[in-house]
Amino acid sequence: MGYIISHYWNELVQGLGYTLLASVIALFFSTIIGTMFAIFEVLPNRLMRVIGRVYIEIFRNIPLLVIAMFFYVIVPLYIAKIDGFTAGTIGLTLYTSSFIAETVRAGIQSVDLGQMEGARANGMTYWQAMSKIVLPQAFKIIIPPMGNQFINLVKNSSVLAFVAGFDLMYQANSIASLSLDTINSYMVVGLFYLVITLPLSYYMRHLEKRLAN
Amino acid sequence: MSMIEFHNVEKYYGDFHALTDVNLTINAGEKVVLIGPSGSGKSTLIRTVNGLERVQSGRLLVDGFDLADRKTDMNKIRKNVGMVFQHFNLYANKTVLENIMLAPRLVLKRPEAENKKLAMDLLDRVGLAEKAASYPRQLSGGQAQRIAIARSLAMKPKCLLFDEPTSALDPEMIDDVLNVMKTVAEDSSMTMLVVTHEMGFAREVADRVVFMADGQILEDDSKETFFDGQPNNERARQFLGKIITH
Repeated sequence: MGYIISHYWNELVQGLGYTLLASVIALFFSTIIGTMFAIFEVLPNRLMRVIGRVYIEIFRNIPLLVIAMFFYVIVPLYIAKIDGFTAGTIGLTLYTSSFIAETVRAGIQSVDLGQMEGARANGMTYWQAMSKIVLPQAFKIIIPPMGNQFINLVKNSSVLAFVAGFDLMYQANSIASLSLDTINSYMVVGLFYLVITLPLSYYMRHLEKRLAN
Repeated sequence: MSMIEFHNVEKYYGDFHALTDVNLTINAGEKVVLIGPSGSGKSTLIRTVNGLERVQSGRLLVDGFDLADRKTDMNKIRKNVGMVFQHFNLYANKTVLENIMLAPRLVLKRPEAENKKLAMDLLDRVGLAEKAASYPRQLSGGQAQRIAIARSLAMKPKCLLFDEPTSALDPEMIDDVLNVMKTVAEDSSMTMLVVTHEMGFAREVADRVVFMADGQILEDDSKETFFDGQPNNERARQFLGKIITH
């Protein structure tokens, strides 16, 4: 393993960088998009609820690899020239956003209805009540499942390997074929994933404890 | 001048007829207590007054706005019509002070210094100034309800609705809440509609007592007629007999 690390250090660091970048971008946008569709799903307006439902069911029920391939193959062919990294990151974002939407929706629905009623009766608009009262409480409740989603996201970013995204998994394949040391190549890359996921899972746990008080 | 007017109001939940041909007028500044057995539609009726429940037909005028009209902006009504709930509904993620200051800041754009001063004055008035920095989960039920009343008052409403404000409280806390409600009632311009089983409060504060059963208003009397005379309606007499002996 030492040989792999020292000999392919630059490739590994580059892979870590791309994996980290894709994860951060996807985490940011999938949280925003997911929250938006979660709100669609609890709106009084039926049309909005249907739109939310359709979006979530589409991206939740199609394999991530298929979604990524769509953006890697079909989108450049007919819509816009995007590289593998962009295609993979968009796919990862949309896929993850559907799971985050489900998580946020569950969080919103676990907040006592009286909170919304109290705020509305107090004169606040639906959006004021949602943003100031309901969502903050919902997010606090869903920190543990959101942590799971974020960790899954980092691991799922390995889909970039299939669309030439230069991420850790992509480097693992390339190092394995160059060095012919398959076992150690993948073990090293596994360790590099832990460098991202372990601090993330520690941080989410810390956040959970801090907000519990 | 009337604050609330129900004209032939009907309300259904699916097949269930929750309000049947409700006609009721409450004048500005009047204090009205609404009583009746559980499931009689009291809560439904009071919740229609600020649009938490929609009515299906008839006319419901509150502060000049028609709530049966889907185009009516509920937020305009709710600015002037506060509500106190059975389970308080304080914002769990906000301190007591923020609970009181939030809506005036967002809805009325009240300047921060003035907002804070008014909030502290209200906390003083309900006897809980020392709880300003506490969170709702740190309060007893009686304290939470007094804060909820202060929160409603901070909007300077013309009308306050109370939906069984003491029903979820331990007996020793009920009086604290009723006393605060009595001080609210001292303001002669404040219209109050109160769903409660506290007959002592009704005797002391109410101008009128309205009795409901099965979604209908069966009795609408002055306090004197209701308590000292005899309600005309048989069910109202029975109901009164039961709660007075308790």
